[in-house]
Amino acid sequence: MDTSAKGSWDFQMNRPDQPRSKGPGTALGEGDRAADEGETHLSNDALIDLSEEKEKTKIEAILASLDEELVGLGPVKTKLAEISSLLLVDRMRKRFSLVSSRPNLHMSFTGSPGTGKTTVAMRMAQLLFSLGYLKKGHLVAVTRDDLVGQYIGHTAPKTKEVLKRAMGGVLFIDEAYYLYRPENERDYGQETIEILLQVMENQRDDLVVIVAGYKDRMDKFFESNPGMNSRIAHHVDFPDYSIEELDQIARLILKDQSYYFSKDAEEAFGEYLKKRMAQPHFANARSVRNAIERSRLRQANRIVNSQSEKISKDDLMKITAEDIRLSRVFSDL
Amino acid sequence: MRITQGAFSFLPDLSDEEILAQVSYSLDSGWAVSVEFTDDPHPRNTYWSMWGLPMFDLSDPAGVMYEINRCRQAYPNHYVRVNAFDSSYGRQTTALSFIVNRPAEEPGFRLSRTETQDRRISYSISSYASNKPSGERY
Repeated sequence: MDTSAKGSWDFQMNRPDQPRSKGPGTALGEGDRAADEGETHLSNDALIDLSEEKEKTKIEAILASLDEELVGLGPVKTKLAEISSLLLVDRMRKRFSLVSSRPNLHMSFTGSPGTGKTTVAMRMAQLLFSLGYLKKGHLVAVTRDDLVGQYIGHTAPKTKEVLKRAMGGVLFIDEAYYLYRPENERDYGQETIEILLQVMENQRDDLVVIVAGYKDRMDKFFESNPGMNSRIAHHVDFPDYSIEELDQIARLILKDQSYYFSKDAEEAFGEYLKKRMAQPHFANARSVRNAIERSRLRQANRIVNSQSEKISKDDLMKITAEDIRLSRVFSDL
Repeated sequence: MRITQGAFSFLPDLSDEEILAQVSYSLDSGWAVSVEFTDDPHPRNTYWSMWGLPMFDLSDPAGVMYEINRCRQAYPNHYVRVNAFDSSYGRQTTALSFIVNRPAEEPGFRLSRTETQDRRISYSISSYASNKPSGERY
């Protein structure tokens, strides 16, 4: 019997630092990842080429694409750049055999709906993967329903199942405050939180947990679960978009789908945004997306019911003011 | 007597790193991995007890390793094996199966001969370990 095979039976496993996955087709492909193999420890007076290191991890490319594809979100981008710098420095320190424990990477994303929390989480997974802090770099997005069971003894296996699926990637818990229901003493959410805390502490190498939700409710959640708060290193707040940013987002979405606003439509959309923002249940980028979906619908309807027989390519791409002004938002009741 | 069953059975026992590498290969091939255990070493004992349900939708072997370690903890003196099931149409069978834990002492098998009609002999084997009731073996 080989005793080394049974060496450590606890939650944590002793493993070498090298990524072992050599099988075909990992989540993002082997090519995307900085090669860790063959890196020997450097002597004390050696120098590392910073740009080469950046090149290898491709963080600049990822951050640049983040900058390009995500409008606004200044503080979020700064925070992401900071985190990636820390991880890059950490990698270089490791090459000089400088001792540094693996940084705590669990995060909390707070902000109004539609401010891009899920999108940024996805980018985060990609970033951590290319820096070598995650083995697969996939994102598992869950809510309370996926974690909490319906009867006694159901919760633990359910939560563990999800955790196992998320290993090697990011576990994204949307509206995490629903896990904790103080009004019901016997709520199974507490059990989920305990398992989560245990895994967040003991299996930091295997997965990164990101909790997300509205700012005020998350604050209350952390207040009543100090254990959770102390295990989360990075609190990132997502600001609401300004009207200019929303307009920019609309352009991006339209460009993606090969549509464009006519001159008067642009004006109409600006007015629409002003009105919509004042209304309740405004969900930032998500509302913009939905508004565009609806105006596409109206545009299609207008084209089909139009009297003209001939339709040009431009007709199919153009969204006019009429398509926007027919919105419910403009009908002042 | 060391039981040899499944893949890698003529190699020394796999280390945790090697198990992880095999599981990682299975997951990358799209196979569902499950953990099973038994204390009946008879070669015809095909259906072992399941340790939880097969694990679907995993992408990292850490989750499987966690279950293997939990099973080893609960049954340190049982045989534990890892199965990888390939569900693709046309195959739909176990693609890989190997032992990841075995009892410290394996007493081996008794060969018994029974004389039947016309001086014919029928042979059967039984593990010395299975003389004891299940759960008290090894």
